[in-house]
Amino acid sequence: MNIDFSPEELAFQQEVRSWFAENLPAELKRKTELGIMLSKDELVVWQRILNAQGWLVTGWPKEYGGPDWTPTQRYIFDMERARANAPIGLSMGIIMLGPVLMAYGTQEQKDYYLPRIRNCEDWWCQGYSEPGAGSDLASLKTMAVSDGDDYIVNGSKIWTTYGHWANRIFCLVRTSTEGKKQEGISFLLIDMDTPGLEVRPIVSIDGEHHLNETFFTDVRVPKKNLVGKEGQGWTVAKYLLTHERTTIAGVADSKVHMANLKRMARENGANGEPLMNDPSLRQKLAKAEINLLALEYTNLRTLAATAAGKAPGPESSLLKLDGTAVQQQLSELGVELSGQYAWPWKADDGVGPDEFAATTMRYAFTRAATIYGGSDEVQKNVIAKMVLGLNFK
Amino acid sequence: MHFNLSDEQKLIRNAVDKFIRNDYSFDARKKVLALENGFSPEHWRQFADMGWLGIPFSEDQGGLGGGVVDIVQVMEAFGTGMVLEPYLSAIVLAGGLIARGGSAAQQEALLPALIGGEKLLAVAYTERESRFNPADVQTRAEKSGDGYLISGEKAVVLGAPTADALIVSARTGGGRLDTQGISLFLVDSKAPGVEITGYRTMDGGCAGNVRLNKVQVGADALIGGEGAGFALLDEAVDHATVAACADALGAMQSAMRKTVEYLKTRKQFGVPIGSFQALQHRAVDLFTAVEACRSMVLMASLKVTDKDPVARRMAVSAAKQFVGEKARLVAQQAVQMHGGIGMTEELDIGHYFRRLTMFCAQFGTTDYHLKRYADLMAAAA
Ligand SMILES: Cc1cc2nc3c(=O)[nH]c(=O)nc-3n(C[C@H](O)[C@H](O)[C@H](O)COP(=O)(O)OP(=O)(O)OC[C@H]3O[C@@H](n4cnc5c(N)ncnc54)[C@H](O)[C@@H]3O)c2cc1C
Repeated sequence: MNIDFSPEELAFQQEVRSWFAENLPAELKRKTELGIMLSKDELVVWQRILNAQGWLVTGWPKEYGGPDWTPTQRYIFDMERARANAPIGLSMGIIMLGPVLMAYGTQEQKDYYLPRIRNCEDWWCQGYSEPGAGSDLASLKTMAVSDGDDYIVNGSKIWTTYGHWANRIFCLVRTSTEGKKQEGISFLLIDMDTPGLEVRPIVSIDGEHHLNETFFTDVRVPKKNLVGKEGQGWTVAKYLLTHERTTIAGVADSKVHMANLKRMARENGANGEPLMNDPSLRQKLAKAEINLLALEYTNLRTLAATAAGKAPGPESSLLKLDGTAVQQQLSELGVELSGQYAWPWKADDGVGPDEFAATTMRYAFTRAATIYGGSDEVQKNVIAKMVLGLNFK
Repeated sequence: MHFNLSDEQKLIRNAVDKFIRNDYSFDARKKVLALENGFSPEHWRQFADMGWLGIPFSEDQGGLGGGVVDIVQVMEAFGTGMVLEPYLSAIVLAGGLIARGGSAAQQEALLPALIGGEKLLAVAYTERESRFNPADVQTRAEKSGDGYLISGEKAVVLGAPTADALIVSARTGGGRLDTQGISLFLVDSKAPGVEITGYRTMDGGCAGNVRLNKVQVGADALIGGEGAGFALLDEAVDHATVAACADALGAMQSAMRKTVEYLKTRKQFGVPIGSFQALQHRAVDLFTAVEACRSMVLMASLKVTDKDPVARRMAVSAAKQFVGEKARLVAQQAVQMHGGIGMTEELDIGHYFRRLTMFCAQFGTTDYHLKRYADLMAAAA
């Protein structure tokens, strides 16, 4: 048993570290460190810089333009990326759609879409959830009715993250109301500028516009935009969920968040002493770091299994649960450290220390981490059934 | 022993409840939220006409002669509707301080206008690095002629942008953390040398940073004795803390009820999500939290008037620690059980979340009050 990186891996780590030091724009670093939302333009510019280096689609195989890294290299890269305070670049095209197309797409779809994702020509958003279909996703109602070479799509999607930035959306739609709910679902690619498609903003409790509602009224979509077979959409969607396990816990970003919090506690004072000298605050910081350590080692177990080409064990099922718990704990600590400087809401710069300005927004938005991507409750239901065998009917 | 409200107290509570129902629905509140500083002059007028601005003041002072229990009733009702107007900062905290410590002349000059809704006050006691300790004062007041020159900076002062006058804590003696040597001064917000940078707060209210640059005040601006302001401030903050707990109780109660209602109506997997035991148990956690907080608010409202400052402080810190902890639970779980819709600005749940989040640190976090309680407990032998 050995957790040390090999000399080659260490050299790789150095290479990545110096590259970030030289290439990450200062403004992006500042915003990421303070937890300030980035604009689409900022993200695209950054992704293009990464792509020029060949480091954007790190999880993709070589034939599709990936860097052909081992799982350990990808892990190291992610750690260094976070350590540099570089944005993760929440890109549904790279993380979600890319792997789906590789597994289920036609040659034509792969040839057309994959390079466009890599070169940041397309911004994809995810159209799964509906007002009536959240945790119970399979009950989705948005209909795609066959009409010659096209489908006619009617219905609505909700919570479409960055749908207002996207030019394309991948959707789960209902192509049949017969049989099992899951079997009537198909996976469809839709251009956002198709007539009949409308996006309306939803402002979230951090006061920002990340989310949208997307409406479809007689939207005509060519059948060649179907991914997989008609009725195979559920399988395709599920494939995504099992795909990338080694970064789902968000360890890299939480480690950096933790480091930033400790710095905040050292550099800001109260009653004549650094906040770090306050016994209860430092113990809370310590407890958060201990929880993070447990998460990191769970994550490493999954990584080790993946690196050895094995299927991850039962530990991987808690990565999302514990990972989001840590994220929420850290964001809560950010507010706690900020004291009354957590209260100013979208105030001008300089009313308090910069690093406290966005802590409440971050805390508020991080509440969503236990809601999206399978809520805490739904994750626990699955683990109880699938891992513990507590499955009674 | 009985814990019943008097007829008069019931009348006040019913009147405020009615106001929230008729004039402060979530949609009506959105309009207030859009106003400058989240303050509606019409509402304030209405509060004055209803006599609510006079509740904490004696009849001699032109008030209704109400007690803590009356204030708690108003605040709890305000909490259910998330009222944005600065009742807590202007009436309970600043007004209460003047009522308890102001000279006859000061009371005469300030209270009628405050009670009549014509003037607003705020207490500027927190500083850049004072966090929650009201004894941490670096702002200085130097003798000058028969008055004082005040210089320093106050941070995140609730209600500062709307206040006509500020009650400022400043050192006339002692070192940074000493309770001795703190004096309280009445300072006109428009006086030369006063600069207020206002902003909105996460709950929709307003606060501001106050810079004081050689602000000249007369000897008559001193509230209480020179160097003896801490006891007065500490007591006023304790009273305001109990009122804040009552507000939080109202907000928690509403968030809990709305969440339970949602569990009954939202369907997934063909059934109301309230049929899932995981959520049932959590709903019960919120319910028990709210009821236990009600007990703590009751306890604190009875003990905050204790003549013994140690007994008063312990009771207030016990309440703030307890209610703060439960407020966080209720805020977080109300959002969680709503799922995506709980994350939106559109729904009231997110607003309760932010109001309760702010409450958690108001007048001291749970940790601050746990330590305050523990230190007093240990010293009590
Ligand atoms: C910030 C954010 C971004 C999102 N981005 C996207 C996106 O880009 N694309 C997209 O398609 N979707 C997105 N979503 C939607 C997300 O996937 C859903 O919110 C999620 O599936 C939950 O569904 P719901 O909101 O309808 O809540 P509901 O399913 O109504 O759940 C409400 C509550 O009931 C609980 N619950 C439900 N079923 C059970 C059960 N069986 N047992 C116990 N408890 C249960 C839930 O855990 C939750 O606490 C996003 C959501 C958020 C908050």
